[in-house]
Amino acid sequence: MRIVNLAHGNLYAIGAFVTASLVGNWLAGTRTLILYFLLPAGAFVAAAIGAVLEPTLLRPFYRRAEEYQLLVTFGLLMILEDAVRFIWGPYPLSASTLFSELGSFSIGDAIYPTYNLLVIATGGLAAVFLWAFVYRTRFGLLLRATAQDMRRASALGVNVNRVYVQAFTIGCFMAGLGGAIVVPGQSAVLGMGVEALVLAFIVVVIGGLGSLEGALVGALIVGIFREIGITVFPEIELAMLYLIAAFVLLVRPAGLFGRPA
Amino acid sequence: MNLLETRKLTKYFGDTHAVDNVDFKVGEGEVVALIGANGAGKTSLVNVISGFFPPDSGQILFRGVDVTNLRVDERIKAGIARSFQIVNLFDQLTLLDNVALSIFSREDATKTLWLVADRFGPVWQEAVDILRQFGLERTRAIVAGGISQGERKLLDVAVAYALRPQLLFLDEPTSGVSTRDKAQIMDIVTSVVRSRKITAVIIEHDMDIVFKYSDRIVAMQDGKILADGTPDEIRRNKAVTNTLIGAVDA
Amino acid sequence: MSTVAIPLTQGLSIKTVAWAVLIAAALALLPFAVGEYQTILLAYGLIFAIAALGLNLLLGYTGLLSFGHAAFFGTGAYVVALMVKYFHVQSMELFLLGTVGASLVVAFLFGFVSVRYTKIFFSILNLALSQVLWSLAYKFYWVTGGSDGLRVPTPTLLGGAIGVTDDKIHFLSHAYYYYVLVLFLACVLVMWVIVHSPFGKALQAIRDNETRARFVGIRIRQYRLVAYLVSGVFTGIAGALWVPLNGLTTPDILYWPFSGEIVFMCVLGGFQYFTGPIVGAVVFNYLKSWVVGATTYWQALLGIILVVLVLALPTGIVGTAKRIIDKARRAASA
Repeated sequence: MRIVNLAHGNLYAIGAFVTASLVGNWLAGTRTLILYFLLPAGAFVAAAIGAVLEPTLLRPFYRRAEEYQLLVTFGLLMILEDAVRFIWGPYPLSASTLFSELGSFSIGDAIYPTYNLLVIATGGLAAVFLWAFVYRTRFGLLLRATAQDMRRASALGVNVNRVYVQAFTIGCFMAGLGGAIVVPGQSAVLGMGVEALVLAFIVVVIGGLGSLEGALVGALIVGIFREIGITVFPEIELAMLYLIAAFVLLVRPAGLFGRPA
Repeated sequence: MNLLETRKLTKYFGDTHAVDNVDFKVGEGEVVALIGANGAGKTSLVNVISGFFPPDSGQILFRGVDVTNLRVDERIKAGIARSFQIVNLFDQLTLLDNVALSIFSREDATKTLWLVADRFGPVWQEAVDILRQFGLERTRAIVAGGISQGERKLLDVAVAYALRPQLLFLDEPTSGVSTRDKAQIMDIVTSVVRSRKITAVIIEHDMDIVFKYSDRIVAMQDGKILADGTPDEIRRNKAVTNTLIGAVDA
Repeated sequence: MSTVAIPLTQGLSIKTVAWAVLIAAALALLPFAVGEYQTILLAYGLIFAIAALGLNLLLGYTGLLSFGHAAFFGTGAYVVALMVKYFHVQSMELFLLGTVGASLVVAFLFGFVSVRYTKIFFSILNLALSQVLWSLAYKFYWVTGGSDGLRVPTPTLLGGAIGVTDDKIHFLSHAYYYYVLVLFLACVLVMWVIVHSPFGKALQAIRDNETRARFVGIRIRQYRLVAYLVSGVFTGIAGALWVPLNGLTTPDILYWPFSGEIVFMCVLGGFQYFTGPIVGAVVFNYLKSWVVGATTYWQALLGIILVVLVLALPTGIVGTAKRIIDKARRAASA
């Protein structure tokens, strides 16, 4: 959609916090099975916020230079960081019962938490859904057309505003879902959004802008390298990721799957 | 020897032959009109020769020297400059600044960061003179984004002219302006060009202008040169008039 | 960012010189007029102004928005801290020398990679590269002190001629303040010459129309790289001046939100104007100090200000002030 949203990480964090407070605190006594179904609650809240943000803060800037989006979403990042602190306080929130409930299983010598399979499954489903949505539905076609040329799409009768707010909302849903699904395994902490953002950008840079397959591949690469890094070279694990991103930008500026704008 | 000569110059865009084995020649001091329907390859040819993108095959010879692989700034130093169909100017800088930039660049002075630009008196004097030649002196302190379309077209040419090229490519210098402005632009451009003995290649759609101002006409179609001759010869060339009458409406 | 229709170049008039002299004099007399705390606060402001001036060479004049300038500020600060830690250096001049060298190296590495790109790519790439430095500072704790950081004692000035005696605050609010002030004025002068030079015009040409700049014979990458180097050195110097004042350097100044703050300063002042980053940095400094004291949610407040700025006042303080003054003038002469 050619929107750069520096506050995207905050939506991920909000997804995590909402789910954690819902599942981990408020309804902690409820039957665990129900709690699993409530996991995506964070995603819906993030989506709702996105639906409000796009028309108010992002739409005024589509006609202006892209860098203004960076500036306004950076301001938004600062606002949301404190909003999260205001609502949920400075301490981490966890929903770890959902994580430990599923136990773990062994792969050879290693023990692997079963919950992670749920995360992988969700990630896979989300990827498939998003891909199908963008490339196989009429809405997705309208979205791609609008993203390429807003004026022309509007001249063809597309309600550009509605397309964009809907698409942006879906994007925020995904961010929130990411946070929500991850929170049982790691608590929701302040600053998780900012950290996640840079990772997300690295994924997109490596995978390529405008490419869903790229985002998936990029995420896998980042995930794998991160784990290798943590085990083998914990000090430079972070640095390595950023260096890989820089390297990819050097060698293949459009990313692995990206189409050069 | 021709000032400019291309040999089997070719450029593809995907499957399209934008420039198809073109042998294009320009003699010293000529004013050549490059005509053809939209998509015939005129701008692509100019783009390749000026260095906007490299050819897929073929050669470009400038005074007999192979310039095919030179960078844009090297071609400018060699003496090739161009203006643009869709006006390309430094919109937030004044007209003076726009022209002065070419002069600074030409004199290799743009690398100077320890001296204030205002100190370079001769540069600014020359910029004023050039603006005067193009009839733009009055608006010289206005930013380029704030002048009329006709003035912008003239400025676009002036910026290229300030590089003191030997060969100047003008891409549709009169497009998008009124008929009266067209004539004014062409009068100024051709008088400036001829007084300095600059060789010019002008892409033009307006056949009246083409026949009035050019020494020679080269017609292109589908990336190839269709015809090449004096205005009289071209007028009598059935192939040209047949293909272009319908497409070229001025 | 070529969509703002306000020209950048302004000549040097008697009025400008007069104003500059007046302001410099006011700044010089300040320690005698206000207390030590206020003087030190302004010193911070002047230091950030140097950093913002550096950033704006890229942003306002070359059209490149870097979200990674924390890297240079942090390089300056950590070079000083490491020179203290490993070489027991005390001289501010040596610190500055080391900073300039290190900033040039970092700027060359980062710049070489990033000047091939523009717009969002450029911004995010710089962000990612600066994060490399942040993560190194964070993780290599036996060198950098990790999240605890490194302490830096007060340095000696002018080759050891002036050093702190007993009263550190007095030293910082007098001798060190004047040192910072002189360097600030020097930086302003140097930057003024650079942006008004033919090179500065070439940068603006690149900003306005990269294609035309290319076809006027300017080699885009080279010029961007030089601008990047100058920009990095300026911000690095700011970092080096900052750390003795702060007494401590931590990875926070390498963390990318701090890059965002430097950008904020330029936007606040008005990145389309030479004085914009200076005004923006000084105002931001006061703003942040006030806001941090006023509420725990100061980050949100700053965020709101930034959003309002970008939405409603894209020309910043200087631009808006100019507009108001012009309107008043026209109304007065009508």
